[in-house]
Amino acid sequence: MIMMNTFTLTKTTKTTDPIAFIRLGRILRRRRWVLVTGILSLLTLALCAAMLMLGNTIYPVRDVIAVLAGEEVKGASFAVGTIRLPRMLAGLFAGFAFGVSGYIFQTMLRNPLANPNVIGITSGSSAAAVFCIIVLQSSKTVTSVVSVIAGLLTSLLIYILSRGHASFSIGRLILVGIGIQAMCNSMITYLMLIGEEHSLPAAVRWLTGSLNGVRMDELPSLIISCLILVPIICLLGRQLMMLELGEQAARSLGVRTDAVRVMLIVSAVILAAIATAITGPFASVAFLAGPIAVRLTGAGSANSIPAGLVGGVLVLAGDLVGQFAWTTKFPVGIITGIIGAPYLLFLLIKLNRRGDF
Amino acid sequence: MERSRLYPKHFALVLGVSMVLFIICLLSSLAFGARWLTLPELLEGLKPQQTDSISANIMEKRWLRTLFGLCCGAALGIAGVLMQSVTRNPLADPSILGVNTGAALFVVCGMAFLKISSPQEYIWFALSGATFTAIFVFGIGSLGRGGATPLKLVLAGAATTAALSSLITAVMIPRTFVMNQFRFWQVGSVGAGTWDSLLLLLPFLVVGALVAIFCAPGLNALALGEEAARGLGVKTGLLRFIAAMAGVALCGSTTAVAGPIAFVGLLATHVIRLLLGPDLRFLIPMSALSGAVILTGSDVIGRIIGSPGELEVGVVTAFVGAPLLILLAMKAKVRSI
Repeated sequence: MIMMNTFTLTKTTKTTDPIAFIRLGRILRRRRWVLVTGILSLLTLALCAAMLMLGNTIYPVRDVIAVLAGEEVKGASFAVGTIRLPRMLAGLFAGFAFGVSGYIFQTMLRNPLANPNVIGITSGSSAAAVFCIIVLQSSKTVTSVVSVIAGLLTSLLIYILSRGHASFSIGRLILVGIGIQAMCNSMITYLMLIGEEHSLPAAVRWLTGSLNGVRMDELPSLIISCLILVPIICLLGRQLMMLELGEQAARSLGVRTDAVRVMLIVSAVILAAIATAITGPFASVAFLAGPIAVRLTGAGSANSIPAGLVGGVLVLAGDLVGQFAWTTKFPVGIITGIIGAPYLLFLLIKLNRRGDF
Repeated sequence: MERSRLYPKHFALVLGVSMVLFIICLLSSLAFGARWLTLPELLEGLKPQQTDSISANIMEKRWLRTLFGLCCGAALGIAGVLMQSVTRNPLADPSILGVNTGAALFVVCGMAFLKISSPQEYIWFALSGATFTAIFVFGIGSLGRGGATPLKLVLAGAATTAALSSLITAVMIPRTFVMNQFRFWQVGSVGAGTWDSLLLLLPFLVVGALVAIFCAPGLNALALGEEAARGLGVKTGLLRFIAAMAGVALCGSTTAVAGPIAFVGLLATHVIRLLLGPDLRFLIPMSALSGAVILTGSDVIGRIIGSPGELEVGVVTAFVGAPLLILLAMKAKVRSI
């Protein structure tokens, strides 16, 4: 990407003045960011519309708009307003939340493989939720609250353990996270074993991530937390970019690394945990969104928003595919998980060839 | 000048303590369960030519379970050592590298598409799944500059596990019967072992152990580094291949008969290496012994905690092993990781 940028730069600028050169680079990057974000937003809107229109009965745009405006349309009001709208909103916001939180982890830990799924933060939420479903048989609300709290506690534990006595280390964080994840997973396996057969499908669906049966009254917590946390994350975007340069470089650029890191981790964890509580973890969305966004906009911009949009696009498109591509309806988590596998392969090979891991 | 030793320091002591622990585990595995045997009953049951009803029955079941656990533990212990020395990587363990998940995916596909249902059939699916995944993860993890660093391998393993698990779920979701069959296999338990599956495991264990011992001097040289080993006349490529295949066969066959049991290889190897040092000629047999002790011990603990039922051994070992991984991560020189 950078190669391409410099290439266009040398073509367009005849001047050798370094300041003008840098300024032009900035403008071009900015323009590209706006363009990409705009296209992603349009794509998201189109997918949202498709989510509302498509289904057993296909409703025309006119009916959908009428329902959204609050009018009573026979048939469409129930199908679109009660079933498809919550599904679409949940997919959009959960995808956004996973995309942003994955991007933050990847950028902060400077490793594209590090995401909330791999380093075990969502596994805490999942274990708690499965415990609620199978042992306590509690309601969906209680399950959500417990799993958010468990996610926060798990990441707190991982952070404390990986701090050690010396300074913070990324490698240690990842290894500790994988250790914790192993424990959570074995607990999940055990719970699945003692569970009644009828509560199993609910638990499995919950573990893979699905938009089925999302109700309107579950959404406010997710939407509100997105609306509060995403601006905070955007404000911290510059610091995040400096953190990406490494602990010492960031410190000498005047970033209060510990404070910023804690704020970013807390925001990212809350976003991931709340989204997990409502839809279950979408495998690979958190992991795919960041790198795709960075490839589209180019490195060197604050990419939280594009990453979130890519997350939303992935979830909505995945859900449409899962609903309509086969006769069995697959939950969206499976689709995104399977998309993730070849991308993972590609990423690992590319990273290795470049030699920085 | 210190006299050069034939055996590592404390070897006799460690061997003695391990043997004592081994016997304690053996006896307690025979004694504890849904019905706890008293000491006289136990001694009575140990005598041969017992044919009368209940206690003989119990003894037979428990003997089977105990032997099965010991064999699985030994196999996992050796597999752990082999994988760690082939990759020269202290964190290599079948569960961490995703090999278990690969085996699981193949078994699930077999259950779903080819309707397999017995350990004799599982074993070939699990073996091929384990082999593919091991090659895949090692291949990815060791590309590029610096070879296979522990962190690279662990991340490649974790990411592969994540991708493979979603494939497993995709196969399972439309088929309730597979989900039911799979969840019992997946947890990792020695309780479901039969004489047949024990017989199935034994040849793999014997061949794997022999290959491992045979490879030990070469692997010792390999620990000095690739070039040094070649200088000492070791065919490194061939050696790595044979040792890795033996490791994969050991853990794959164990996974097939007992389900994925995590962390035994990691635990056994690290405890013994801490006590005896890195000489593989001693590390391999002792890890087999300590693996057997750890697995059987965990199984006994699981039976006592979960009484009157049982807590599956895979759950117990994960709860014992994961803290060790965290401890290793906290102690290790993270810069090298």
